[in-house]
Amino acid sequence: MEQFTGKVWVLGDDIDTDIIIPTEYLALKTIEDMKQYGFSPLRPELAAQIQPGDIIVAGKNFGCGSSREQAPEVIKALGIRCIIAGSFARIFFRNSINNGLLLIEQNDLHDYVQEGDTVTVTVNQDVDHNGQKFPIASLPENLVEIINAGGLVKAMRRRNGLAE
Amino acid sequence: MGMTIAEKIIALAAGVPAVKAGDIHTVTLDRMMSNDGTTHLTVDMYRNKLNHPRIADPQKMVFIVDHNVPSDSPKTAASQKKMRDFARENGIDFWEGKGVCHQIMMENYVCPGELIFGADSHTCTYGALGAFGTGVGCTDLLYGMVTGTSWVLVPETVKFNLTGKLPEGVYPRDLMLSIIGQIGANGVNYQVMEFTGDGAKTLSVNDRMVLCNLAVEAGAKTAIFEADEIALEYLAARGRKPKAVFKSDEDAVYQREYTFDLSRIQPVAARPDFVDDVVPVKEVCGVRIDEAFLGSCSNGRIDDLRVGAAIVKGKKVADHVRFLVVPASQEVYLQALDEGLISIFMESGAIVMNPNCSVCWGSCQGVIGENEVLISTGTRNFKGRAGHPSSRVYLGSAATVAASAVKGEICTAEML
Amino acid sequence: MGQTIIEKIISHNIGAESVKPGDIVTVQVDRVMLDDIMIPFIVAKFEEMGFPQVWDADKVVLIYDHLVPASQQDDTRHYKIGDAFAEKYGIQNLHRSDGICHQLMTEAGYVKPGDAVFGTDSHTTTYGCVGAFSTGIGYTEMAAILGTGTLWVKVPETIRVQIDGKLPEGVMSKDVILRLIGDLGADGATYRCLEFTGSAVEQMTVSSRMTMANMAIEAGAKCAVFTPDEKTAEYCGIQLDDFQKSLTGDSDAVYAQTLIYQAEDFEPVMACPSQVDKIRSVKELEGTIIDQVFIGSCTNGRLEDLKVAADVLKGKKVADFVKLIVTPASRKVYEEAAAQGILKTLAEAGAIITHPGCGLCCGRTGGILSDGERVVATNNRNFLGRMGTSKVEIYLASPATAAACAAAGRIVSAGQEA
Repeated sequence: MEQFTGKVWVLGDDIDTDIIIPTEYLALKTIEDMKQYGFSPLRPELAAQIQPGDIIVAGKNFGCGSSREQAPEVIKALGIRCIIAGSFARIFFRNSINNGLLLIEQNDLHDYVQEGDTVTVTVNQDVDHNGQKFPIASLPENLVEIINAGGLVKAMRRRNGLAE
Repeated sequence: MGMTIAEKIIALAAGVPAVKAGDIHTVTLDRMMSNDGTTHLTVDMYRNKLNHPRIADPQKMVFIVDHNVPSDSPKTAASQKKMRDFARENGIDFWEGKGVCHQIMMENYVCPGELIFGADSHTCTYGALGAFGTGVGCTDLLYGMVTGTSWVLVPETVKFNLTGKLPEGVYPRDLMLSIIGQIGANGVNYQVMEFTGDGAKTLSVNDRMVLCNLAVEAGAKTAIFEADEIALEYLAARGRKPKAVFKSDEDAVYQREYTFDLSRIQPVAARPDFVDDVVPVKEVCGVRIDEAFLGSCSNGRIDDLRVGAAIVKGKKVADHVRFLVVPASQEVYLQALDEGLISIFMESGAIVMNPNCSVCWGSCQGVIGENEVLISTGTRNFKGRAGHPSSRVYLGSAATVAASAVKGEICTAEML
Repeated sequence: MGQTIIEKIISHNIGAESVKPGDIVTVQVDRVMLDDIMIPFIVAKFEEMGFPQVWDADKVVLIYDHLVPASQQDDTRHYKIGDAFAEKYGIQNLHRSDGICHQLMTEAGYVKPGDAVFGTDSHTTTYGCVGAFSTGIGYTEMAAILGTGTLWVKVPETIRVQIDGKLPEGVMSKDVILRLIGDLGADGATYRCLEFTGSAVEQMTVSSRMTMANMAIEAGAKCAVFTPDEKTAEYCGIQLDDFQKSLTGDSDAVYAQTLIYQAEDFEPVMACPSQVDKIRSVKELEGTIIDQVFIGSCTNGRLEDLKVAADVLKGKKVADFVKLIVTPASRKVYEEAAAQGILKTLAEAGAIITHPGCGLCCGRTGGILSDGERVVATNNRNFLGRMGTSKVEIYLASPATAAACAAAGRIVSAGQEA
């Protein structure tokens, strides 16, 4: 079972896509250009502080708002390993899966964890926080297929008979 | 010895019987205009650099938000807020989103014989009503705001005798570009362009505004027409009275004189990146354009919209062209709505925007991208002024711009 | 067993007798909408996926709206990429400056009742106003649809919202949907479909229904649907076929939840900073000083919205030092508002009337605000930083309330602005 450990950044409920990447920066040419502005309306310093492998723990309705796929791409580009939230907005959820950003629904962890803590995620099983285990559900089959293909682009390339 | 109109206005403002070119005088300013390009800097200096500042006469001040309307970033929003708050605190006339500053000044404030400073280079526009308007920096404006006065080096005057009448399909824009093309971008540096002669009588106040507005592109300190019956009629229609109506004396001293026969002017364009690189439109025909702009303090008035609408009526803007139509003021917009011009533009596929400076100054609306080409009735075609440094701007009349928008490449109206 | 509207649309689409919530199915896409902000990303993903052509060029609509007029030097790059893509794949449906994508999709007849339509913008839920299944997706999925003409979806559960009676004077469909979002919460309808029904809904114009379908996403909904009726048919310029006529929720359909409202109970409300579900009565907020008012967007920038605003502002002036920005939703709306004298009334009151487009709602230009400023806006989101800095306060309201606030310079109920 895939397992990893990361340092936690804690965010609240309803972290919307305008917070994740404001419209002002959406027309920048690349995700690399955009990522420095990630979360800037809420925590302008956060993007620079995130280290590869870190984990975001948030409340309910993470990623609500726009369909902008730049949101999960920016989070991924910042090096976030996965997001654990009470719930996710649906477009954000699909976009994340399509880009191979792991999302985990877990309703209780948010109440226990503090910023700077570390947690250990065992995929499809649980999140371990200081020995306390928070269970997580498995992903639906069709999503696992996309993730296993390495994202939707790769899945389509395979469909079209092209090398990955 | 006789005086020119400009000298008489300065003498009156200085409270002396006579002035001559080269004199330096302290003058009382009749009015000061500042826009959102620099007012926040003036306000900062007022608050931070002066001890116990006060405004000499708030009634002489006019603040106008026109450069970035509606605002396009938190930064411009913050500087506009600073300006708005200052105007409110100090009882200063404040206009926001009602048009380009010079158009608002002409419609509501400027009177013949006045000496007006504006923190914008195209303040020379006010000469169309026989006023001495000139652009200053924000430090000069601050001094004027606090003291009510300033100093002026009396400029030499260059006389432009206009004869004849512009042919059908040729516009004041073509005339002024032709003049600038001939005398050069620094042809009348620190001098006054005085327009006179029979030809001047054929020009409306709106026409005269085009000439005066662009005078700074030849380096002029200002430009001026005598406030004749045409000017006084414009003024009376707006319920204002002149401060003083001056004519130049017979024996006034001119640094030099030019004569332009209006009947010989043809449609011209200024090529990138210089206002004085002027050629007949024929020579640049066929240049593919990405955007066309009809607007600005230079050519965004009702006459220009009428000319443009007549050309695009029943036609469509070329697919690949963005045709921006930007009335110079809310008054112009309302008039154009009434006359059905706005509907004509909208039906043609144009982008009709709220009155503001727009792409003339390359700000928040209609910015052009890499290697793009714009044909514009704006004031300037300097490198990068309308957007990306690699973009190019041609200047032409409303007719040339509208025709080019339809054709998708530069052309004259008659070639359409 | 009976079906909800969305279940009927999906089962018809896939040629099945019926579907039930939770089923994962592959739908045939009837139309897609690509907006300017996303186009460069869609095109890059599409090319990377290696499709030789677009599955059906006629079903693809490109709309430039977020970046019109261009406010930054690189904005026009998006137009160029879109133009080249359209040219390369023979896409004729291209709107370069005609208004907001969602307005155009319905107004220009790209969406019909019963269609399955996807767009690269979250407010794609709007097309449920004519009884279509429509929702927002990301650019990678859009690229995949462009190649395959299909998309997998999970059949959503349906929340039935029944509103009977007659809305009080001065209460608009915006007040209804804001109240609903407040009651449901910003995630209350996540992954679900909102199905609107009842006599109050039947009385609404298609425009008013659009406002509600548009904002369904603000409660997290996957989509929202209204039963197509005669008004829908007229709006779409069609005769409803038997399938389209069948799009009502069956009496024995299974709903996840049913909310029943009496129209007379609604009142003018606002969503307060900075959550769409933070709903307060306008009365409670009266007196709050404001700096700006924005009337526009795919939520409330239509003719009926501008007309309501003009009726409020006729013969009045926007308060000193307050800006009123009006951005019609489309070129057609602009033209009709000009023809009916609505723009004149608004301009005489002092409104700044911009070219149709997303304007301030998408926060790139169109009246951005600064620290400490407060705006009353008719659009769909009041998120932190959406219209400037994070210290800007955004209150969402109906056009009637917004216009009254503009005249008063503070929050007031319509009718109290004098």
